[in-house]
Amino acid sequence: MITLNHYLIVSGMLFALGLAGVIARRNIIIIYMCLEMMLSAANLTLVAFSRFRVSEGLPDYAAQSLVFFTITVAAAEVAVGLAIIVALYRAKQSVETESVTKLQG
Amino acid sequence: MPSLLFYLFAAITLGFGVLVVSARNPVTSALSLAMSFVGLAALFLGLDAYFIGTIQILVYAGAVMVLFLFIIMLLDIKAEEGKSPNLPAVAGGVILAVIMALQITTVCSSFDKGGVKIKDAPLNLQQAGESAKLATIANDLKAGVLPDAKLMGLTLFQKYGFHLQAVGLLLLVGTVGVVVLSRREKGVKDA
Amino acid sequence: MPAQDAAPTLPSLLLLLPLFTALTILFGHKLLKGASVFLSVASAVICFVISVMLLHSQDSAPMLFPFLSVDKLKIAIDALIDQQSRGMMLIVTSIGLLVHIFSLGYMKEDEGKVRFFGALSLFMFSMTGIVLAGNLIMMFIFWELVGLSSYLLIGHWFHKASAAEASKKAFLTNRIGDFGFMIGILMLFAANHGDVSFAGLKESFASGPLHQVAATQTTFMAFAAICLFMGAVGKSAQFPLHVWLPDAMEGPTPVSALIHAATMVAAGVFMLVRCAFVIEASPDAALIIAWIGGITALMAALMATQQNDIKRVLAYSTLSQLGYMVMAVGLLAMQVGSHLHEAGPGHPAMFHLYTHAFFKAMLFLGSGAVIYACHHEQDMWKMGGLMKHMPVTFVTFAIGTASLMGVPFITSGFWSKEAILGLAFEVKGGSPFFWIGVMTAMLTAFYMTRLFVVAFLGKPRTDSAHHAVEAPIVMVLPLIILAGLTLFSVPLARIFEAMKPDHAETHMTVMVASIVALVIGSGVGFFIYSGKDKDPLNIKVFANKFYFDEIYAVIVKIFQDTVAWIVAGLERLVVDGIMARLPAYLATRVGSAARVLQGGHLQGYTFLLGLGVLLVIYVVVFALPVSGH
Repeated sequence: MITLNHYLIVSGMLFALGLAGVIARRNIIIIYMCLEMMLSAANLTLVAFSRFRVSEGLPDYAAQSLVFFTITVAAAEVAVGLAIIVALYRAKQSVETESVTKLQG
Repeated sequence: MPSLLFYLFAAITLGFGVLVVSARNPVTSALSLAMSFVGLAALFLGLDAYFIGTIQILVYAGAVMVLFLFIIMLLDIKAEEGKSPNLPAVAGGVILAVIMALQITTVCSSFDKGGVKIKDAPLNLQQAGESAKLATIANDLKAGVLPDAKLMGLTLFQKYGFHLQAVGLLLLVGTVGVVVLSRREKGVKDA
Repeated sequence: MPAQDAAPTLPSLLLLLPLFTALTILFGHKLLKGASVFLSVASAVICFVISVMLLHSQDSAPMLFPFLSVDKLKIAIDALIDQQSRGMMLIVTSIGLLVHIFSLGYMKEDEGKVRFFGALSLFMFSMTGIVLAGNLIMMFIFWELVGLSSYLLIGHWFHKASAAEASKKAFLTNRIGDFGFMIGILMLFAANHGDVSFAGLKESFASGPLHQVAATQTTFMAFAAICLFMGAVGKSAQFPLHVWLPDAMEGPTPVSALIHAATMVAAGVFMLVRCAFVIEASPDAALIIAWIGGITALMAALMATQQNDIKRVLAYSTLSQLGYMVMAVGLLAMQVGSHLHEAGPGHPAMFHLYTHAFFKAMLFLGSGAVIYACHHEQDMWKMGGLMKHMPVTFVTFAIGTASLMGVPFITSGFWSKEAILGLAFEVKGGSPFFWIGVMTAMLTAFYMTRLFVVAFLGKPRTDSAHHAVEAPIVMVLPLIILAGLTLFSVPLARIFEAMKPDHAETHMTVMVASIVALVIGSGVGFFIYSGKDKDPLNIKVFANKFYFDEIYAVIVKIFQDTVAWIVAGLERLVVDGIMARLPAYLATRVGSAARVLQGGHLQGYTFLLGLGVLLVIYVVVFALPVSGH
């Protein structure tokens, strides 16, 4: 029997993987992809809860609406983020995180 | 959803997820991510979220990952050959991931304690069919089919109409922003 | 019981007139110019007249000015007019007046003349304050003022380095004595519940709280008495604080005559006599005081035998005689059941103080006349044969010398020295002091004869001595007056009843001893020194004043260096190290450590963020006691 717990655990692991990737990788693009993985994990949680919270015999579509919006916003964010990365590449000729250390104190 | 399918798609999602994190070649990472999304979409479908699952494939795997690949090709990012992994960072990441996984597992496993039982909640379509307002939806429900898209549409346009418009505006802003950000300074030609 | 509400006019006038004169000279000297000196002399005359008028007044203790009144602390400027203060006042004003007149001549060509007379007036004010003081605190205030006046007067020729040094030395040495004095006053203040007036203290010792203290806490009493005595040690230049007096001869001769012969140095003895009841309460203190007096007397006499400067010889002589007086104070206090209540001029120390004031002042003024005549030459080996050139000075100087040596019967000095030697002879346990006194008398005769023979007799040794003429009348007149007083003061006093020496009992032994000492001393002196051009004796130890100055310099240096070393160490360690460097160092280290967190790496920040989140989850979900989830 697959319970809610299973889905939540899968989602959690996916999120942890994404976090590990963000911290461990040097290439900005790959970091960004891992970020997207984290977002997807959250979406999975939402959908799982939506299905398991039954009102009037139907799944709760509020959570699915939220997933809808999340996917939309994520898409827009990816577009803008990649544009920024391109601009960064033009400035520094590199997509390594080591070249982006202006915040160093 | 039969347990086997669940475990299969969960394995696909997580497996390709690991590949995303550990691959040297960025293209490999991108493609793995696409596959991970596909696995995720399958999980969505298993959760009776047909509309969302479809959207996931269309938007995420179809548009976002393609965009990623375009950029990787554009910037001509080579594989990180010969460079040793950044050990402190990797260690940090692994530590965090492990701790997080442990925490979540612990929390989730304890759901069945303390009297709260979560089990596969059955859907009652007939009952929903009686209380549905729209005729099409009611008909579909009574026929034993879950009209996922119609119900999503109903929720989106009735309850979250304003949010929908806002997100539309957001997409417009995003488009304009991308165009502005990609502009070159005067006098420098794009190769 | 002295009248408390007696008219304060005369004493106030006596006290404030010199102050007024000094202030007028200070602020108006540009206006008055030369006339200011006459203002000073006039005030001296008036003061003398007032003190004569006071001779026949009743004993009184008028309150002049309520100085300080805070809660239970009441300090007043009040006067105590009794036999002692009347006699002392007479001395101070008479010699003061004569010195003023002498200075008109001596300081005529000095450009700091006006400043000199201003300082003289200030001194008269301060000295009057001490003499009239009715309580110890007022006396202490004026004590310090006298120290200041002395500083101004000794350093009158301040562009001369030696004079500036000498005045500083005098002030500092005095200060050390004054510190002890203050402690003594404070001890009595505490023991007598805030009352340090002389009348109050006397009563307290007789039948009040201090009577109890004297009987039971002997160490406290001895300590208090010795501390009070410290003031006298400083002011009257007793051993070991005697070093300032010879150096004080750097001041003009009238200053030496007034301050360092007659009045200021006598203030110490005066104070001791005023506080006689304190010393009598502690026999141990009395013994110590007598010994210090005796040692000073003998030591100074030894040092005087080898000095070549006229004024230095006289300075050491003053030291020696002061030693006599202090010794007498101590001896009298040692005598059980002594004449406590007769601490008037009948007191041998006071008697000697009076006679000494007159003849020493005259000797100093005489030496001043000689120095003036020889064009400010002070070395006696460069004089000689002045008998022919300056007859009046010669005669008066001879009279003064005779009095100092104690020539029998004619001179007042004889009577007062007799009194002291007699006291030493009488008192139980006083025989060492008696022999010290006799030895000192012999030495006194020796060095005075030496001075007299070398300076006045024989042939002139230099040109300036050859061309010496008698001093102008304005300088000679005071000499004559003082000579007369030296010879006739004792019979005169008996007539005026201002001084009643009732220790006139003379023992045969004492008289014989003193006459023998006189004859031997002067005989040997005459024999060795007549007709010589150079000093045949050359005793370095005496000439170098027993090397006291050198010893003190080393001690002071050691002390200063130690303190400086400690303070420097503290500064380096505590102030600089702990308070300045340490916080800075800590801040730097903490900053450097915290800098690690600001790596600039986004992933680093993300890591920390993630860590923080996990920590929060742990705390909220696992650590806090939440029942199940």
